[in-house]
This record gives sequence, structure tokens and C-alpha cells, in this order.
Amino acid sequence: MRPLRFGYVTAPLLGALWCFVVATTVAVAMSFATGAGFRPAWLALPWGALMGLACLRGGGGRPALPLGLGAIMLLAAGLAGLSPIAIDPEAAPLARWTGILATVLFTGVGLWKILDKVVPGALTRHVFEAAVIRFLTGFGYIFFTAIVVIPFYVMVMTSLKNQAALVQNPLDFSLDLDQGLGLFRSYVELMRDYNFGSYLWTSFYVSVLTVLITLAFAIPGAYAVARLRFRGQKVFSRSILLIYMVPMIVLALPIYIAFSMTGLRNTIFGIVLIYPVTTIPVALYMLQGYFRGLPSEVEEAGLMDGLSRLKVIWKITLPLSLPALASVSLYVFMIAWNEFLLAFMLLDDPNKFTLTRGIASLNSSEVPRQHLMAGSVIATVPIMVLFLGLERFMTKGLTAGSVKG
Amino acid sequence: MMEPVPPKGMGPLARREARLAWGLLFPTLAAVALVVILPLLAVFWIAFKPIGLAELRPPAPVVREDIRGDLEEGDPDAYLRYRLRNSSQDQAITGVTLTDTWPEGLSATEMDPRCTLDDATLTCDLGDWEGGFRDQIRIPVAADPSYFEGPDVEASEPVISGRANNVLTSFSGFTLENFARIFNGAEFWSVLGVTLFYTVFGTAGALILGLFAAMLLDKSFTGQGILRGLYLFPYVAPVIAVAFAWILLFDPYSGSANALLMQMGVTSQAINFFGERPLALIMVTLFEIWRYFPLSFLFILARMQSIDTDMYEAADMDGASPFQKFRYLSLPQLLGILSVLFLLRFIWTFNKFDDIFLLTGGNAGTRVLTVNVYEQAFALSNIGAGAAVAVVIFLSLILFSLFFFRVMSREEGL
Repeated sequence: MRPLRFGYVTAPLLGALWCFVVATTVAVAMSFATGAGFRPAWLALPWGALMGLACLRGGGGRPALPLGLGAIMLLAAGLAGLSPIAIDPEAAPLARWTGILATVLFTGVGLWKILDKVVPGALTRHVFEAAVIRFLTGFGYIFFTAIVVIPFYVMVMTSLKNQAALVQNPLDFSLDLDQGLGLFRSYVELMRDYNFGSYLWTSFYVSVLTVLITLAFAIPGAYAVARLRFRGQKVFSRSILLIYMVPMIVLALPIYIAFSMTGLRNTIFGIVLIYPVTTIPVALYMLQGYFRGLPSEVEEAGLMDGLSRLKVIWKITLPLSLPALASVSLYVFMIAWNEFLLAFMLLDDPNKFTLTRGIASLNSSEVPRQHLMAGSVIATVPIMVLFLGLERFMTKGLTAGSVKG
Repeated sequence: MMEPVPPKGMGPLARREARLAWGLLFPTLAAVALVVILPLLAVFWIAFKPIGLAELRPPAPVVREDIRGDLEEGDPDAYLRYRLRNSSQDQAITGVTLTDTWPEGLSATEMDPRCTLDDATLTCDLGDWEGGFRDQIRIPVAADPSYFEGPDVEASEPVISGRANNVLTSFSGFTLENFARIFNGAEFWSVLGVTLFYTVFGTAGALILGLFAAMLLDKSFTGQGILRGLYLFPYVAPVIAVAFAWILLFDPYSGSANALLMQMGVTSQAINFFGERPLALIMVTLFEIWRYFPLSFLFILARMQSIDTDMYEAADMDGASPFQKFRYLSLPQLLGILSVLFLLRFIWTFNKFDDIFLLTGGNAGTRVLTVNVYEQAFALSNIGAGAAVAVVIFLSLILFSLFFFRVMSREEGL
């Protein structure tokens, strides 16, 4: 590491790497946005190294040098073709200049920040590592945002395009805004011809019923485990965790057999019967953790004043644990809404499908891809909206007791 | 004077409390027993039975009744026909009897030797049926005018019954054939190998990525909340939606990923990401990492934010570099949550079914144990073998959780 800890080595090295990362990012982003051919060029490495050297804090720490180099880079890339990012000559001039400008700008600004306090001579270990960490942080933001956003971007854009256009150029996600509401054709067709309105409603009420039933079972159970003393309490709180480790596919087999024999297969009633049981252990585990954290003095005061245990739960414990109830409800709602395996195995009748089952039925060669993606968007958007709106409860709920997935 | 002694056993108050506790727990216990314990026992039961999808229903005699010939025209060859068959192709039914209401005004000109007509009720003793048995009873009949006013002969359903051996519920016919079949041959071991690869790398990858993401967000800046919400998307979205999005993204013909790679000059030829042998397994593992890094990220971030900042200030005073602070301060603090997360996620990844089922359906060398359960039970219609694989999964799970609870009690849990 020692020879690296030297301003004239660190700066061009980080600069070259950073410029390449930026060039790749801009190329991918521009390709997805315009469909034209953008790709990072090897020239990004020397340009980045130069920019790194320019960003060294030699003089008063004013960004005159990098600004000048940035301008030269812009001109050289745009006019002489010495660009860190290779662009298909057929690309529109606007897209071309946007790509070049973005690359130069993000390389310069990023390196200026990364190489803070990096001087031309020997560096202290602290300064060197801080610069490396800033580089890794920048890379991390780009990396994570890219891997999360790209699949969802593709999902939404595919649902708005038609299949022929996508097969022709799979990268061209630009939308033809002239068609106006015609963009949402596949959504309209899903609602009209594929019964998705009814699936949406089925999924919604099945999830709500699951939440209600789960709470009705889990609240008394969690209270008993958290507060009351009885023999076997320890064993019990452990076995809850154990039970939600039992894989669903192991249980799905006998449940399928039992439901076939009793005629519960293919009924919404059967689904509502089985969903809560998969969520009760999770809910119980999360709630008992919360109940344990509540001060028991308040409840004891209630008991002294002549309330029965059940009244104490109803009048004191539950109002105090409303936030926990909200996160548990949200989490259970999410599990029920996203559930796929049981719906897939137990429902065959298209009139009774839940949303996830409905999407599974779209996965055939006769149904165009944009319908499949429109269905996915329909299933994803409500849960996302709910999640973003109540993110605080959700994160709390997720960390409270759920390592399940 | 009595010596004061501490009370022995449970007092009435403690007893009442325990009673209340069991009362509150009873609904949950009943539900869990019904849907978890009972099915688990059933899986063990079925695993030792030679049973296919077709044998889920026990063999039963089936009868159809109709009149051949036109009674109103006075057709002399008219007859009442019962078509009989055994629903099972290979299992016998014993002591089959048939009863039917004989309509008024109809007279049998000749009676089948197996049947007797008594008091407007037809009773037939049909004996034992082999598997795949088919037969007919023909009773030549003539009709009075009064028959056409009363109910039709087909108005009353004939009742048929017999005793059949139901493989599913009988206490005999246990076999180890299912286990012999699944352990036989190289297939099981390759499935096990794939499962271990998927589980180990999926879990470790999600953990490392989660740690990285948590370090990125472990400082406050504008937009931190938005990024945190964004990074949780893969976990919150329905698996079916994101799985199909991935399939589309990596499609060999119209997928954007291939187009992008070709344009960047990384590859000259479209790659079939989910269809080639080692690549498909890597892809499903990457999907698993992608989908579950948010979970580890959330837990690790929560733990990070509860670490005392004094320690870092002291380390700064002593001149520790950023990497040293991470290596000697953060990492030891996070070790507890990391090991608990690893074990829990390990178990859950081991149990994962939907992801691989949706992405590849277990093809191209991605068949893990859980997908094998489905494959054996439904694609190969062999419920017994499916249950046998399920038993193997369950036993490994017990093993893991024993280990887990040992670590968990040391790290005192989440």
C-alpha cells in the first residue's frame, strides 16, 4: 500500500477508475433513455488520470485547473472525437452533447470531492484511506441505485411499449408521447379483457381479511407469551420462531391434498383460511417483543383499580401498542399481497384468482409481454405506495421480528 | 406455633394466570397444530406410501343409468341399462352393491340374475371388481301408460357402494421405495450440491451487499430517507413481478441486458442467461442476493446506528485510520447480528421455492430441493416421492435450527 500513498500515484489511479465508472454509468443511462449506441471508451482512463492530477490540492485549493481541463475535455470530446464515452454517430446531437457533458461534469465534480485534502507529495494514511472510501461510497451509490432501478424501469417501460418495437431495439425505451392515453393500452386491456379489476379486489380483501384474522389470533397469544407466567413459556417463545422456519413447500403438499379432499381447493374461503396461519407466527413473534417492552406498571395499576386481565389488554395494552399494531398489519398485508405459492397451487378458476395468480396466468406465449409487465406494475404499485407512505412503520416492522422472506 | 415456610407449588392466583394464558394461546395453538403440525405428520406418513397424484381419490365404483329404445312407441327391445366401472385401473373394490328406486308403471320382462326387484326398489349384488373392471346390467322393460305421468326412470340416482383399500389412509403398504428412488442415482446429489451453492453464496452475497449498503447510508444527508426507501424496493415488491422483470431483462432475444452487453462490446453473441448450465445457477443466486440484500441492510443499519459514537471519537483521538476503525471497531460490534442474520437467512434461502420456480422452473441445473418437491409431486405425479424430499428438507432444517439456537442464545438473539 505504501507506494500508492503518494499524491501523484493516488490521484491519477482513482481518477482513471472514477472516470471509467462515470463513463459506464452515463453510457448505460443514455442507452436506456434514448436507445442510441453509447459505450464507455478506453480513453476514459487517461482522461480520468489527467483529471485526477488536475484535482490535486497543490495550490490554494481553487478549482481553476480542473475547470480548465474540463473545458478542454469537453471540446476535445465533442469536436475532435477524443471522448471518454464512445457514441454512435447516428445519435441525435442533443443526446450526444448531453452524454459528453454529463461524463465530463460528473468526472470533474466527483474527483474534486474524492480527492479532498490529497496533496501532490506523500500522503498520510488517514487522507489516503479517506479518499479511497469516498471513491467507494460514490461507486456504491451508483451501483446500488442502478441495480435497484433498472429492473423496475424495464418493468414500467415495457408495459408502455409494444412488443414489436422492443424486439427491434431492446434498448429503446423512449416513449411515443403522441399516442397520449394510448400509452396505457395494455393496462386498459388487462382491466377489460383479463378481469384484472376483480383480481385486484380479490387480492385486496383477502389481504385485509388476513390482517384482521392474524391480529385476532396473534394479539392474545403474544400477550400471554409476553406477560403471563405459565409453565412452558420459554419453550413456547422459541417454538414460534421454529415454526416460521418451516418451509411452505413442505406444508403445501399435504394442504393441497387436504383441500382437494374437502373441496376447499379453488375457493377464496380456503385461501382466507390458510393465509393467516402462515402469518400468525410472525405476527406473534413481533408483537410479543413489543409487549415485553411496555412498562408493566401501567397494567398493574389497571389491575389494582379493578380491571380484569382482558379489560387491561383492551383498554391499556392495545392503545399503547398502536404503532406496533400498524407495523405488524403492514407487514402481514405485504406477505398476503405478495403470496404466490399457495395461490398458485390452490386456485384454478380464473374467476377467483388473486393478483399474483392472475399474473402467473399471463405468462404464456399467447399473451404479449407488455401485458405481463403491466400486470406486474399493477401488483407492485399499491404495495409500493403503501410502503413509501408508511415507511417509518414498515422499517420498524421489518426489523422488529422478521427475518422471514 | 407453626414454622413459617415458603409456599409450595402454585397458588390459586398463579393457577388462574396460567389458565388465562392457555386460554389466550389456545386459538393460535389450535390453528398452528391444524396447519403446521398435522401437515408435517402427513408429509412423514405420505413419504412412506407408494402414492401418485391419481391415487389421491380412493377407487370407487361408478354407475351411469339410461333407457335404450323408445318406450312411448312401445319398442319391444327397450331396456334399462346400468353402465358400471371401477374408477381405478389397478385396485380392486370388494362387495359392490347397487340400489335404485324402481319407477311406477315400469315392468321388467326379465330380471338380471344379480338383481332383485322388491317393493319398488332394485337391489343388485355385484360382487368383487378387479381394477379396470367394466360391465353393464341390461333389464328389458315395458312401460304402462301410468309410467309417463310419474317420474322418469333417470329421476332417481342409483346408489352404488363398495369397499376399497385407500392407500392414503390404510395402515398397511408402507414402503421405503420413495426414499430409495430419490437417493438413487446422481440426480439427488447434484440437487443437493445446487442447493448448497445457492444457499451459501446467496446468503453470503446478500449479507456482504447489505453490509456495504448499510455503510453507505450510515450517515445523515439529504435524500438519505429516499435512498433507504429505494433500496428496500426489491424486497417489498411481489416476487412474481420482479422475477418476470428479470426474465424479460435477461431474455436472449429481446432482453435489454443482452443488447447492452453487445453494444458495449463485452459479448458478440446473445447470452441465454437463464438457460445455460452454470450461468443459470449463478443468475438465480444473483437474483436471491438482489432480492434479499435490503433485509440484511436494514438489520445491519439498525445495529450500526445503535453503536456508541464515543468509541469512534476515542479512536480518532488515537489516530486510527478509517479502515482501522471499520476493522477493529465496527466489525466486532456487528459480528453478533451478522452471524444471527447469516444463520436465519441461510435457513430461509434453503427453504426458498418461488424465486427459482418462477425464474427457471428448476431447469438448466438450478433444481434445488424445494423445487424438487414440486417436480416430483406434480410434474412427475408422484406425491410419495415429493413428500420424501420434503422430509429430507425438514430434517436438514431441524439440524440447522439446533445449531441456530445454540448461536442465538450466545448472541442473545434479535
